[in-house]
Amino acid sequence: MGSVYRARDMHFPNVTKLVAVKEMINSAPDPLVRETIVQNFEREANLLATLHHPSIPRIYDYFSLDSRSYLVLEFIHGKDMEAIINETNGFLSEEQVLTWAIELCDVLDYLHKHKPDAIIFRDMKPSNVMVNSSGDVLLVDFGIAKSFQSGIKGTMIGTEGYSPPEQYRGEATPAADIYAMGATIHHALTRRDPRLEPPFSFVERPVRRINPSVSPELEVIVNRALEYDPVSRYKSALEMKEALMSVARKTGILVRMGSQTGPIVKASGIKPLWTFKTEDEIRGTPTIFQGALYIGSYDNNLYAVDAADGKFQWKYPTDGGIVSRPAVLDGNIYIGSEDKRLHVVSARSGKVVWTYYTDGPIRSSPRIAEGHIFIGSDDNHLHAINLTTGRMAWRFETADPVRSTPFVMNELVYTGCESGDYYAVDFRGALKWRFHAKRAITSSTVGNPQALYFSSVDGTLYALDPRNGWAIWRYRLGKASISSPCIVDEFVFVGASDGFMYAVEAKSSKEIWRFRAEHQVNGSPVIYKDSIYFGSVDGNLYCLEYRTGRLRWKFGTEGAITGTPLVFDDVVYVGSTDHQVYALLA
Amino acid sequence: MNKIYNWLFGPKPTPTKTLDTANTAPLTDQQLQSIVSNQNPRFDMQQLIAAGGQSVGKQRELNEDSLLAITSTMAGNSGNLPFGLYIIADGMGGHQFGEVASNAAIRTVAGYVLRKFHSYLFQIKTDTMDESFQEIMLAAVSEAQRAIQREAPGSGTTLTAALVLGQQITVAHVGDSRAYFVYPDGRIEAITRDHSLVKRLEELGHISPEEAENYPHRNVLYRALGQGEILEPDIFTVAFPQPATLVICSDGLWGVVSEQDLIRSINEAPNLQRACQNLVTAANTAGGPDNISVVLAQLIG
Repeated sequence: MGSVYRARDMHFPNVTKLVAVKEMINSAPDPLVRETIVQNFEREANLLATLHHPSIPRIYDYFSLDSRSYLVLEFIHGKDMEAIINETNGFLSEEQVLTWAIELCDVLDYLHKHKPDAIIFRDMKPSNVMVNSSGDVLLVDFGIAKSFQSGIKGTMIGTEGYSPPEQYRGEATPAADIYAMGATIHHALTRRDPRLEPPFSFVERPVRRINPSVSPELEVIVNRALEYDPVSRYKSALEMKEALMSVARKTGILVRMGSQTGPIVKASGIKPLWTFKTEDEIRGTPTIFQGALYIGSYDNNLYAVDAADGKFQWKYPTDGGIVSRPAVLDGNIYIGSEDKRLHVVSARSGKVVWTYYTDGPIRSSPRIAEGHIFIGSDDNHLHAINLTTGRMAWRFETADPVRSTPFVMNELVYTGCESGDYYAVDFRGALKWRFHAKRAITSSTVGNPQALYFSSVDGTLYALDPRNGWAIWRYRLGKASISSPCIVDEFVFVGASDGFMYAVEAKSSKEIWRFRAEHQVNGSPVIYKDSIYFGSVDGNLYCLEYRTGRLRWKFGTEGAITGTPLVFDDVVYVGSTDHQVYALLA
Repeated sequence: MNKIYNWLFGPKPTPTKTLDTANTAPLTDQQLQSIVSNQNPRFDMQQLIAAGGQSVGKQRELNEDSLLAITSTMAGNSGNLPFGLYIIADGMGGHQFGEVASNAAIRTVAGYVLRKFHSYLFQIKTDTMDESFQEIMLAAVSEAQRAIQREAPGSGTTLTAALVLGQQITVAHVGDSRAYFVYPDGRIEAITRDHSLVKRLEELGHISPEEAENYPHRNVLYRALGQGEILEPDIFTVAFPQPATLVICSDGLWGVVSEQDLIRSINEAPNLQRACQNLVTAANTAGGPDNISVVLAQLIG
């Protein structure tokens, strides 16, 4: 370890000729080892002095004095690439990085072709690349200091971050330099310092996921350079340089490649199995029961439609819009309406069985559990209604309207409220605990014994301890959310009005992926097999691979989708504000 | 000839077992103990119990490990809320002041967490907190990071901290100390992932677990508290399984004592204190190449 001095060459007293003097301290305690280090140093200095390449600083002299050795080399006016990356706001331009990368591949090619023995740089990284005042790059720190580092015993910190796996087995080959080259470009394009990430994790953060403005062609080159297996990388620095040049030719022209790739299946390629038109917007969510689809419309009707062909079966008129999801039990359909009532309708005949009045419009969906129907109302109450009598068992007063669907688990009823309060109420209607979010909780809860998940208009996805309401974690969404989360495996999925669908790890709240729709995502996602389905205000129904967030297909409707799709038997059903229900092959 | 005889008449019928093994005899101490320990007495009151063990080991002169265990029980009509904080930090050899770093880490994290929870747990006011467990742990670790950079610049430490609140364990983890659940049926489950080069190479399939055992860079970490500008600890929450033992230990234990021995030491010990002693002894018997620290905790009732 040592320092670099800026020095003036006094052989030229009449002009100011600056040189860099690199000092290395020989701290080995054993005199024999010390001598070997000095010999190695001198051998390498001699080697360096024979190299001629515009990207390699010239060596003027070297000498050793006591326990220190010095190398006198060309002084470079400029900055190292790491400093440039850090000082740039936002990303460096692709053209800029591409130009540097081509120059660096050129110098690597020169080194690798050195006779009699190839020179392996071993330490390609942004801090070892200087960019001089005319914008050209130079490779500095030729591993020469390495022999001066004594071995450190015990637990150590620090991996290079840029080195390939095989280098840790002591293999230094041209392929290792190519990997480090890929790592350097990756760092420059993404601003993600690999030393702060788990080693060899580049695959987990592809360039374009972090910086979507990079062309797909360049990403392919970076990925190939970063292959774990040396054999799969570019065979030579020259080959990599040529690949980079071809990207430069393509994108260097002013016509930039479109950065977004088209959907895997074009929206127009999908034909619905059937559609069914109601007389107003469909904002709610369908339910399926014994081959029939039940869905409410803003035209006040609850519809029963044959799930197989979309044929009308019956409709049941309420006196207000229906924006929620029907529940089914024992051949009866339960649905709340803005006419303030909960309607219970026979699934077979479409005739009313009984109704239950609240004092405000109902926008919450009914939850049936433990012999009761739990439903929220804009009358600022959570209602518990006895299933057999149709009478109120109790109602629990809340601070504001309850529009989220109650969730029942372990003898507690959980619900959010427009005031931002979140309540856990026992089966006698007594408050067990309360939690407060900063804004309304319209989203409905999903949960398991470990945690309750819901989002809020305050732009947060919450995980609470079901027993006591303590927050386990909070995850910041880009904007407000009224979308109800869904959970599967170790993931929690939720949409937000910033247009993203988020996938978050349930135990750590780490983001797994996010997917951008073209407008708000207010409905809730559903998982079916290995796909996630959700609608957006942009009118599309999206189908993504739920583990990766990769788009499988999307299907455009004529209006915003605010409800939740339903997937049953490989068919997706979704309502749209274009008044229609669509049935599509999942 | 004999063979034919045997073939003809078959093997001598073994005499049917007489009931002489059914004689009543006093149980041995061992039998008794195993019966007692398998009986999992029910406690009406849910509570945490914990014990710790530490040793400098046989080959180091300095103890760079730090250990902290806080266990609290509060029970009453308003329910009971087990609260515990268990931390192990292993200061870095080859760096100056490894012991300063590990000590600063446990004190800073514990101080921060206790300050945060104090007003919610130990005061009359019982509103829920507006910060989540994970945010508190992250802030505590970040504060420890700053403390180490201030008190012992250049040094580093691992940190594995478990905050137990109710039935939730929120873990903050950096480095290669470990947390496990050990179940009475002999299963073991690692709940942390080492931030070490060797583990990473193993995860990527570059080296086999056997190669990992003898890997020359076994102790190279890629993440440590006190190092680097940005620290990204692993923070996650899991349910405290019942019955099971939460184990947190430094590499001075897991590096030399096999998982099988770890499980046996815990499941065969009459209590947690003895289990800790047994584990420390096992690591020292295996050579004690490094400092040894272990904390065991159970949620009972």
